[in-house]
Amino acid sequence: MTLSRQEVAKVGTLARLALSDSDLDTMTSELSKIVGFVSLLEELDTANVEPLAHPLDTQNVFRDDVPAASLPTAAALQSAPRHDDRYFLVPAVLGESGAA
Amino acid sequence: MQPAELSAVELVTAVRQGDLTATQCTEAFLGRIERHDGQINAFLRIDREGALRRAADIDERRRAGRPIGPLAGLPVAVKDVLCTADLPTTCASRMLENFRPPYDADVVRRLREADAVIVGKTNMDEFAMGGSNENSAFGPVRNPWDLSRAPGGSSGGSAACVAADLAPAAIGSDTGGSIRQPAGLCGITGLKPTYGRVSRRGLIAFASSLDQVGPMARSAADCALLMETIAGHDPGDSTSLTAAVPRYTDLLEQPLSGVRIGRVPEHYAEGLDPEVAKGVDEAFAVFKAAGATVHDIRMPHAKYGVPTYYLIAPCEASSNLARYDGAHYGHRAEPGRGHRAEPGQGHGSTERGGAGFESPLVEMYCRSRAEGFGPEVKRRIMLGTYALSAGYYDAYYAKALKVRRLIRQDYLDAFQEVDLIGGPVSATPAFKLGEKTGDPLAMYLVDLYTVATNLAGVGGISFPCGFTKAGLPIGFQLQSPALGETLLLRASDRFQRLTDWHQRRPKTFR
Amino acid sequence: MNAAKPTPDAPYTTIIGLEVHVQLQTKTKLFCGCSTKFGAEPNTQVCPTCLGLPGSLPVMNRHAFELAMKAALALDCRIAPFTKWDRKNYFYPDLPKGYQISQFDLPFSSDGHLEVVDPKGAFVPRTVGIVRVHLEEDAGKSMHDEAAGTADSRIDLNRAGTPLCEIVTQPDLRSPQEARAWLNELKLLLVYLGVSDCNMQEGSLRVDANVNLHIPLPDGRVAKTPIVEIKNMNSFRSVERALVYEAARQWGEWQETKAELGRTPKQTRGWDDPAGITRAQRHKEESSDYRYFPEPDLVPVTVTEQQVAIVRAGMGEPPPVLRKSLADRWKIPAYDADVLVNQGRELVDYFEDLATRVGEGKVASNWMQQDVLRTLNERGGTIGEFPVRPEALADLIGRVAQGDFDTSRGREIFAEVLASGRSVADVVASLGIAAVGEDDLVALCRQLIEENPKIVADVKGGKEQAAAGLIGQAKKKNPNVNPGKVRQLCLDLIRGL
Repeated sequence: MTLSRQEVAKVGTLARLALSDSDLDTMTSELSKIVGFVSLLEELDTANVEPLAHPLDTQNVFRDDVPAASLPTAAALQSAPRHDDRYFLVPAVLGESGAA
Repeated sequence: MQPAELSAVELVTAVRQGDLTATQCTEAFLGRIERHDGQINAFLRIDREGALRRAADIDERRRAGRPIGPLAGLPVAVKDVLCTADLPTTCASRMLENFRPPYDADVVRRLREADAVIVGKTNMDEFAMGGSNENSAFGPVRNPWDLSRAPGGSSGGSAACVAADLAPAAIGSDTGGSIRQPAGLCGITGLKPTYGRVSRRGLIAFASSLDQVGPMARSAADCALLMETIAGHDPGDSTSLTAAVPRYTDLLEQPLSGVRIGRVPEHYAEGLDPEVAKGVDEAFAVFKAAGATVHDIRMPHAKYGVPTYYLIAPCEASSNLARYDGAHYGHRAEPGRGHRAEPGQGHGSTERGGAGFESPLVEMYCRSRAEGFGPEVKRRIMLGTYALSAGYYDAYYAKALKVRRLIRQDYLDAFQEVDLIGGPVSATPAFKLGEKTGDPLAMYLVDLYTVATNLAGVGGISFPCGFTKAGLPIGFQLQSPALGETLLLRASDRFQRLTDWHQRRPKTFR
Repeated sequence: MNAAKPTPDAPYTTIIGLEVHVQLQTKTKLFCGCSTKFGAEPNTQVCPTCLGLPGSLPVMNRHAFELAMKAALALDCRIAPFTKWDRKNYFYPDLPKGYQISQFDLPFSSDGHLEVVDPKGAFVPRTVGIVRVHLEEDAGKSMHDEAAGTADSRIDLNRAGTPLCEIVTQPDLRSPQEARAWLNELKLLLVYLGVSDCNMQEGSLRVDANVNLHIPLPDGRVAKTPIVEIKNMNSFRSVERALVYEAARQWGEWQETKAELGRTPKQTRGWDDPAGITRAQRHKEESSDYRYFPEPDLVPVTVTEQQVAIVRAGMGEPPPVLRKSLADRWKIPAYDADVLVNQGRELVDYFEDLATRVGEGKVASNWMQQDVLRTLNERGGTIGEFPVRPEALADLIGRVAQGDFDTSRGREIFAEVLASGRSVADVVASLGIAAVGEDDLVALCRQLIEENPKIVADVKGGKEQAAAGLIGQAKKKNPNVNPGKVRQLCLDLIRGL
């Protein structure tokens, strides 16, 4: 199972990881190997098997609609790379929300 | 009394009875850390001041006759994957090098309330991804039994720390074997509880449906002591189990007669080191002599465990690690420097983004993440993103979830016939540093015997069952049905009463 | 041009579907205990969970789930017996986890409908199908201040984690007017249920619209234009205006390009309200691969028939049902019931209290519409704050019915009670309102007849309506006279002459 360099570049964009020329080469060959390995699962007939997303069968866990203490703003911002004591600051966000 | 020679149980008893002070215990271990950790690199951060302050407070309260907690005076090392409000929490990554959480993990809170003394944060594979603790951004951890070898991972720091008596107890995390495998390679005891038995709140997530926090110490009895404090329902974790926590320490002393232990012939495949195989067989013999019976069982999907794990875990990780983008915390790349993107990466207009990125914001994301994450983390994020992406979801992630159900069914079927499953925890004893780092797949296979436990959500423990001719520990693993910790601890404890492998210590660090 | 069917001027049918997000009226966020109050200082209603800090975990707000269920049941949706949440993965600074917890393939409800009727008949009653209603978390807010000249955007995460219901309709609407009316009906419904305050200004209701045209061709085929998603409409009026504009724009584009649905990817256009146009937005390919997968940090939820019944029982009558039952119960016309119901439950409660005391529906309804509503609109405020309570108004209405004074006098009293805050009895007394004695009335009428020979002559000549001229004069002499009585008495006296 070989991935193309182009596919890997596309995945890199989706994953927001900058990949240099050589990174892309290495990543393409490594991912191809790993994907080849995990494709072992194709051997199994799972047509009538339900997926198992949670290992245990817990259901219906809720909390009451009761206010709890929020963090002070300073604590919320304490690890922010850039902030102005009120807001997180990021490079300009242009246009509409990221969700299409 | 030399604190470093005492077990955790003996230490807390000594402090409670006044034979030792918390300060004496803490000083003793801090001293050992200072003398020896330079060679091992088990710790990323040592909190001398904080630990001694806490110890002094405990001693003060004890003198005044005020109540002290069940772990009073016990020095504990905490894997740097758990949030501590007073200490940076890095996950051994440049991404979180300066991250200070504004809150304590639930486990940390419980330890503090029990009056444990947190001496520091231990080294690990970056974001818990690895089997050798060579993926740390802050240098590898060395195995105290042979400093040219790996301690295992990802809880390599916690395992090495206990093995070298730098702390009598440590907390690790296990997603595919990250407590049990390093415990096996370092000759100590490590327990991965049933999924949901210990809260994940404050555990920096790697793979949410697989992660568990657990104790690592010299013995099952010590692990039992720690479990009484860290296990229990947390309403702040939706996956936390509500079942009452047994008094594990009271339940250790029970004979093993009638306990049926399964043995899986599939485990004895080609790659299993013959000395390990021998050690494992001898362990089965010990259990038989103790009154248990051993039965061959089938785990028909055993060989699909690793590929299943290496789809589910990276997929969940690719999502769990998306938050590390330089926006609200963690490493942010300096604007306008370094890394050029590939043409074809980020697309379209470059009007405001340099180097081919679609905007300065996207550039910040891509470069911060490229700079902050190590190669293994990036590999898994890429793999997970790929396997979840449109067109591939069904063939990879969805498929893996189906095989996961088959693997869980193997356990459910097996536990109809036996009470525990025994076997190796690692195919080989500790391997040389650098031996497997050139081949990701080779590294993934170190998890061969441990991933299925996490996939099924059941419990697992590993402890030493012998040593190789070269003097390296051999680990034995027991797995139980969900909420079978009592039996795991009991069986391991019984084994440790009949043998003394767990009491051996590496010569260099005696 | 809002034709539902093709006409010579606009030979196409406009096909509209809506996607509505409403914030649920809970005290706390969907997954954590932070407050959801609007208007707080930035980043003061945040915690590790809604900040997406490492190690943080979500726990579902039970009340949010109940409110969502109420909304779905009122929209006649089927409630799924088993539901789960999924991660929708994308990168954006107002989404701190890098994913939104939403619902993908197993939403908690689906397959409902909500009808909209225009009482004035501007369009035929339209039943709009609801594809699904699901429960998800809101993102934070990012603000970019061009004027400030910095290259940064400011991020406030107070809103992140607020519970949202996403309501997706079938493309069943056929005109911008219908769409606006339907949104009003939806808002009325959700406000009635206490599910959301649906305040677009505060962002507790947001709408995106999907629109295209169906154009019948001479050869019998129906051509369909590409579907356009319109965003950034900030009021129901904007929604209507945007749809009007977009339909016309698509018609123009069709005539030029003949481009049909399926050839191009779905376009997104933003509504620019000041300019009155939609503008194409930058196309984002990669970000639309959300890589949905089941949320491992949340467990699934099962809902039994019993639980559904309990929620249903606690819902009360939603507007469509209430309109009919109010009309039936009080024997008032559908129009009246519609007006009352559209004002909200509090006003309906006031009306029913009033009608019960008065013992009659239509009279009470008239007073509600002509007097209470009118003055309420003039004064502002809610019916709960309205100074004249049902008891007082019922007393007033009762006195009119008794004949103490007529309706118009009653209105004066009402106005005075409202202005002064005094009781009805007080105002009646101070205005010197008293029943006019029979003798006084006869004397007065005799006087009027003497003073108005022309009117008398007219009446005797067969023009009875001329007697009306006497009533005004009578009131001037004595405001307390009952005009009806005056008229009758005068006519009798004149006939007797």
